Amino acid sequence: MGGARLLEMQALRIEARRADGEPFRIVNDLDVTLDRGEVLGLIGESGAGKSTLGLASMCFARPGCKITGGNIFFDGTDLRTLGEEQLRQMRGVRAAYIAQSAAAAFNPAKRLNDQVTEAAVRHDVMNLAAATERAVELYGRLDLPDPSRIGRRYPHQVSGGQLQRAMSAMAMACGPDLLVLDEPTTALDVTTQIEVLATVRDLIRNNNTAALYITHDLAVVAQIADRIMVLRYGDLIEEGTTEQILHDPGEAYTRELISARTEEINTKVFAGMPEKPVLSIAGVTASYDGRVDVLKDISVDIGRGETVAVVGESGSGKSTLARVVTGLLPPHRGQVEFDGKRFSPALKDRSKEELRKVQMIYQMPDVAMNPRQRVSEIVGRPLAFYFGMTGKEREERMFALLREIDLGPEFADRFPGQLSGGQKQRVCIARALAADPELIICDEVTSALDQVVAAGILKLLDRLQSEKNLAYMFITHDLGIVRNIADRTVVMYQGGVVEQGTTEQIFTPPQKEAYTRKLIASTPEMRTDWLDEVLRERGDLFEIDATAHGQS
Amino acid sequence: MESSQGVQYVRPTRGQAIRQFFAEMPLTARVGLAIVAANLFVVAFAPWLAPYGETELVTDLWVPPSPEHWLGSDHLGRDMLTRILYGARTTIAIAFIATLLAFVMGIVAGFTAAVVGGVVDMLLSRLVDALMAIPTLILALVVISVLGTEVAILIAVIAVLDSTRVFRLSRAIAMDVVVMEYVEAARLRGEGLWWIMSREVLPNAVMPLVAEFGLRFVFAFLFIAALSFLGLGIQPPLADWGGMVKENASAITYGLAAPLYPAGAIAILAIGVNLLVDYVLARSNRSAAAEFEG
Repeated sequence: MGGARLLEMQALRIEARRADGEPFRIVNDLDVTLDRGEVLGLIGESGAGKSTLGLASMCFARPGCKITGGNIFFDGTDLRTLGEEQLRQMRGVRAAYIAQSAAAAFNPAKRLNDQVTEAAVRHDVMNLAAATERAVELYGRLDLPDPSRIGRRYPHQVSGGQLQRAMSAMAMACGPDLLVLDEPTTALDVTTQIEVLATVRDLIRNNNTAALYITHDLAVVAQIADRIMVLRYGDLIEEGTTEQILHDPGEAYTRELISARTEEINTKVFAGMPEKPVLSIAGVTASYDGRVDVLKDISVDIGRGETVAVVGESGSGKSTLARVVTGLLPPHRGQVEFDGKRFSPALKDRSKEELRKVQMIYQMPDVAMNPRQRVSEIVGRPLAFYFGMTGKEREERMFALLREIDLGPEFADRFPGQLSGGQKQRVCIARALAADPELIICDEVTSALDQVVAAGILKLLDRLQSEKNLAYMFITHDLGIVRNIADRTVVMYQGGVVEQGTTEQIFTPPQKEAYTRKLIASTPEMRTDWLDEVLRERGDLFEIDATAHGQS
Repeated sequence: MESSQGVQYVRPTRGQAIRQFFAEMPLTARVGLAIVAANLFVVAFAPWLAPYGETELVTDLWVPPSPEHWLGSDHLGRDMLTRILYGARTTIAIAFIATLLAFVMGIVAGFTAAVVGGVVDMLLSRLVDALMAIPTLILALVVISVLGTEVAILIAVIAVLDSTRVFRLSRAIAMDVVVMEYVEAARLRGEGLWWIMSREVLPNAVMPLVAEFGLRFVFAFLFIAALSFLGLGIQPPLADWGGMVKENASAITYGLAAPLYPAGAIAILAIGVNLLVDYVLARSNRSAAAEFEG
């Protein structure tokens, strides 16, 4: 904190055009100030204008957007008066950007070193040898394994967390005064998120770099930001120090954001193991290539009306388990029973009736619905397919389903592209309900959504469960959700079940299994000292990484 | 972006939508549309438009343009304008039917390969590779000289040769679509191959395929012209543009413009179709971008 003013945006206005040609404001006359060495968190749902604002600090607007008003003072210079060439000299050198998807920011055909050093060499900040030396130093500071040689790898040869850190190295290569971080950990597992968060924070502190940290996750930004600005639809809702926003929010919207994370949706009381499970997975071992088993001897039961959460980091086999249940991946050992009857391992051998009983909801509603089909077709198709409904009958049932997911009849004519993220996911739920299933597999259904929207989806799922006695297999890496919605929890790691039991058993300390302990400890909590605490305990918690992953 | 509150969405009427469609068209697209429309008009009404009969000998050979013969006469003394108007019929109709057939075959095979995958994909793809390995014109020449120069055979040969390219394109597009979760959702529902191809994949592939249709149509049409020029295309006395260029080619040596008229007709239609295709492509890109912006 303290020190000279680095960035000052005054009455900044950014506009874009809608598809119908109408202009609208993405950022509405906002003032932002940032001192050297200070970290400012920008919080809000999607559509709040956070990313647009972040890019504007380098006087950059995405295609289709335009900065139409206000000033952007960077270290005393008004960037809006500079030409494109002068801006280009400044971007990447004095101000750098770290995007959400490292995989998309790297060229897959070039080695990491070439890309990390590129900006420094291109802008004549240093020569190639010096830039490479600097890169190696940064790799070390970012805790990347084998700093002197990792730069020779290609992007696909390192893990997601490592790539994210390599991107941080790329941004830091020229020693910028300002770093814009746009959801840098959102795509990562909770366990990886901690590592990236910790290294990025140290890097910023040690270099006295100022940063804009953009995220929709208050718990994450609480660990790193000095000040927070809460945004919504391009307007400032509230601004204050991190402590102030977390503990003494002034605005109702901020409180809603905070409670979405901490709210108890439904305190599940475990009713005891069901006598006859609706779904019974017994001793399933499966692999994609016939050599490496990605699932090893998995046995899980799900009872009628019960929610079973399957948790673990990516690569643990949770989604593969769903593929086995749905028949997309026939297991080579073990079997799946439904209502006491054995399901054919392969999808094509299952009857229509068997298929109807198990439905699926996906993580990304954008790709789970055909962009060229209207909502009425998307929801109506299962009705026609499974129940042979036509004409008026089908239409009425379709409207009834829309009502159940709290969407009005006017949505029937829309295409998925005309819906918001939450509405899309609701339509996916309606499509699953249309089949009148007994089990719904929910694969990370809320992780692509903002917290407030996600909470609404979870409430909807909960209500539907009690109305229809549905069973849910809930696949997620977000343990915060699990605690609130699951009757029982299955913890998976590297294709095996580490432990399973009632959610209460799993979450009540002390945890028997080190991996479960690590997973639980990695979920960000809504207080500013959480990260420090986790890092202090890191020694014993994270040992499992070294032994299990090898050099990964 | 969230939809703004309070703004009532009013669906435009069909008339408004069509008017807006034309109002938004850039000049190039309008020119393209006009050329294509004029050609289609000629195809439909050639006998009424033509001042003379298709094979009627009306004057000396290669007379220069005059009020009686706007574009002069050909190597046998037939009216050039009449021949071009009738030629539009044969050339465009054959090219259109051949391209349509090529697309039906190519799309069905391409989508099947992408959706079914595995051995089916491999067999179809290798078959197409084998066909594509042989130079098109040589293959066509061999097949046509063996089977004869009837119009039906000509159409079939062009369709088969063209369908290999359509196969490649539609397979590539479908490959991008079948990995989407909505296709997986359809499979999980138990949908058959035909539904997935026609209802899940095709609507997402329609724009690039339409654009490709325009281009392939032009190729088919140039290909017929090339075959006719070599004497293996449409047989005289039926008029067709490529054949007319060949028949009148020697006039060039006497400094006469006769072969340039049919050649010009070919060029103008090709340009017109391409202008229209460019517009369709740009439009589909823009709507994709608009969808992305949400």
